[in-house]
Amino acid sequence: MTAAPRTLLDKLWAAHEILRREDGVSLLWVDRHLVHEGSHHAFAKLAARGLPVAEPDLTFAVVDHYAPTRARAQTADPQVRRMIETLRRNAQDHGLRLFDLMDPGQGIVHVIAPEQGLTLPGLLINCGDSHTSTHGAFGALGFGIGATEVAHVLATQTVWQRKPKAMRITVEGTLGPSVTAKDMALHWISQLGTGGAQGHAVEYAGSAVRGLSMEGRMTLCNLSIEGGARFGMVAPDGVTFDYLAGRAHAPSGDAWDRACEDWAKLASDPQASFDNEVVIDAAQIAPTVTWGTSPDQALPVSAQIPDPGRIDPAKADAARAALDYMGLKPGQALQGTPIDQVFIGSCTNGRIEDLRAAAAVLAGRKAQVPGMVSPGSAQVKSQAEAEGLDRIFTEAGLDWVESGCSMCVGMNGDLVARDKRCASSTNRNFRGRQGPGARTHLMSPAMVAAAAVTGTITDVRPLLSGRHP
Amino acid sequence: MAGWTVHTGTAVALPLANVDTDQLIPARFMSAPRSEGYGSFLLHDTRRDEDGALRPDFPLNRHPEANIMITRENFGSGSSREAAVYALIDAGFRAVIAPAFGDIFASNAVNNGLLPARLTPEACAQIEQMLGDGTAQARIDLDQSTLTIGAQDFAFDLDASWRIKLINGWDDIDLTRQHAAQIAQFRNNRSQAAPWAWPGEVD
Repeated sequence: MTAAPRTLLDKLWAAHEILRREDGVSLLWVDRHLVHEGSHHAFAKLAARGLPVAEPDLTFAVVDHYAPTRARAQTADPQVRRMIETLRRNAQDHGLRLFDLMDPGQGIVHVIAPEQGLTLPGLLINCGDSHTSTHGAFGALGFGIGATEVAHVLATQTVWQRKPKAMRITVEGTLGPSVTAKDMALHWISQLGTGGAQGHAVEYAGSAVRGLSMEGRMTLCNLSIEGGARFGMVAPDGVTFDYLAGRAHAPSGDAWDRACEDWAKLASDPQASFDNEVVIDAAQIAPTVTWGTSPDQALPVSAQIPDPGRIDPAKADAARAALDYMGLKPGQALQGTPIDQVFIGSCTNGRIEDLRAAAAVLAGRKAQVPGMVSPGSAQVKSQAEAEGLDRIFTEAGLDWVESGCSMCVGMNGDLVARDKRCASSTNRNFRGRQGPGARTHLMSPAMVAAAAVTGTITDVRPLLSGRHP
Repeated sequence: MAGWTVHTGTAVALPLANVDTDQLIPARFMSAPRSEGYGSFLLHDTRRDEDGALRPDFPLNRHPEANIMITRENFGSGSSREAAVYALIDAGFRAVIAPAFGDIFASNAVNNGLLPARLTPEACAQIEQMLGDGTAQARIDLDQSTLTIGAQDFAFDLDASWRIKLINGWDDIDLTRQHAAQIAQFRNNRSQAAPWAWPGEVD
């Protein structure tokens, strides 16, 4: 008798399931719990019960959501200061490792955990942030939770969860030049909708996914939630192991060898079946840009803005409202739309590879609009500076600032003003996301750089001909 | 959290799709302690005009007494901020009825006693039409999984475990601590089967 074929999700779930209730909900063991300033509600719940953190050695704290990106030593805003102070106090009271503002390991939680080797294949990772799906890029179960669940994980190192359905998105073939993981993600979300993967854990597979670096896989998994999936994952392979070898908290010596042996088994069995399968041809994916206020309102850069009167009636009202908010006209070409500013950074696209891609476009050129580049972590920042990327950005006229969530969510005060149009390498084009009345166009870092150079939404490809991306 | 089985209240339609959690509560309000109350933050920017004045035609401004919301596709998508649920609860809401919800929003809702009930898009559209820009008395029965408006019953979809949790008002931490021995045993087994799952010491 042979065992039934299992998906990667099945294997990871089984490895963490402490028990399953009669109603089908599982109690899962949490290997890593990441907290940030926004976790204050959860710490307050814990304090109200007088409970300690169950596993301080598995709990890591970082200042990112409210991290000032300028003059951080003397933060002026009292609200920002209070949020950071509260996290410091909670980390100290519970004996947690804190990556504080001046720590060389500081950065956005989903950038630093992999960087520190805290994210590993086979782990279950929780954080009170929806982009925790990023960590699935390593073949881990990473998912975002709310404050009540954060308090529960702090108190018990476990989480109750009904197993999601399994979905596989296979991207076969080769991506065209300057087409990135960001475009892959925006492409599938535009095809399937923001609810397209609701209730599912997405496994990304296929030669185009295998061909991505870890940075690219993280971008792809990061955006899973924008298509409704709480989980995104890629089976670990040589690319994964090469990225992790020698990282600060990764296993070393014999433990490393044993870990790699175990991790190599973390793949869906060839005959495993999925509740939903989608296959995409990589060659069909173009540099993609959002035009509306929802991540699925995205099109190839060469496309025209849709006419709500000529699309699926179920989507027409939303499209009309989005165009009104965005100040765009149906039928207008997306390309050539003037922008007011740019932002490069975030847990989606703030890694070294993202900065290199943007710098390749900006080198020797001037930005026509103001903008900010916020590296995903202090380590990414020093790496970029060692490579001279910071000079390329500043010589182009962009601001090179410290690391944090910054203008992706604006909690630290980095905001886009009302009615201003921002080309952004972030993850959400929601109304008001970058500030009240702000208009966000999501795109890859290279496309943001192209928008900076021309002052309009632009296809990056001609700008890179003859250059190495 | 107190459990509940039947709620009789006032239903209002919010005819918008994709009401994400950034709209439900803009990020700048999330540093406030819960004790200050989050009700005034609910849909803060969506319900106001550019000058910050309340839009008189916005359903929630017109009917501040409403406590059951009927809305459209993909409600509560986006960020995991539980503050979106606090804003709804502190504004008096006990239930949101929509064709689909963001997964994290829905579990946050249940953890705070707010019902995220799913009805088909057709049924939601029908109720939206019944309500127009007014309100109606409505009754929710969790035991029966029904929403009653006027003479009409609508059977809604709700995860069975969530239904029980809403009714009992259970606290998960208390529930989980009853399994402490099993958790300790699991931890011990895992530390032997997967020693690499513990963070390596930094030199």
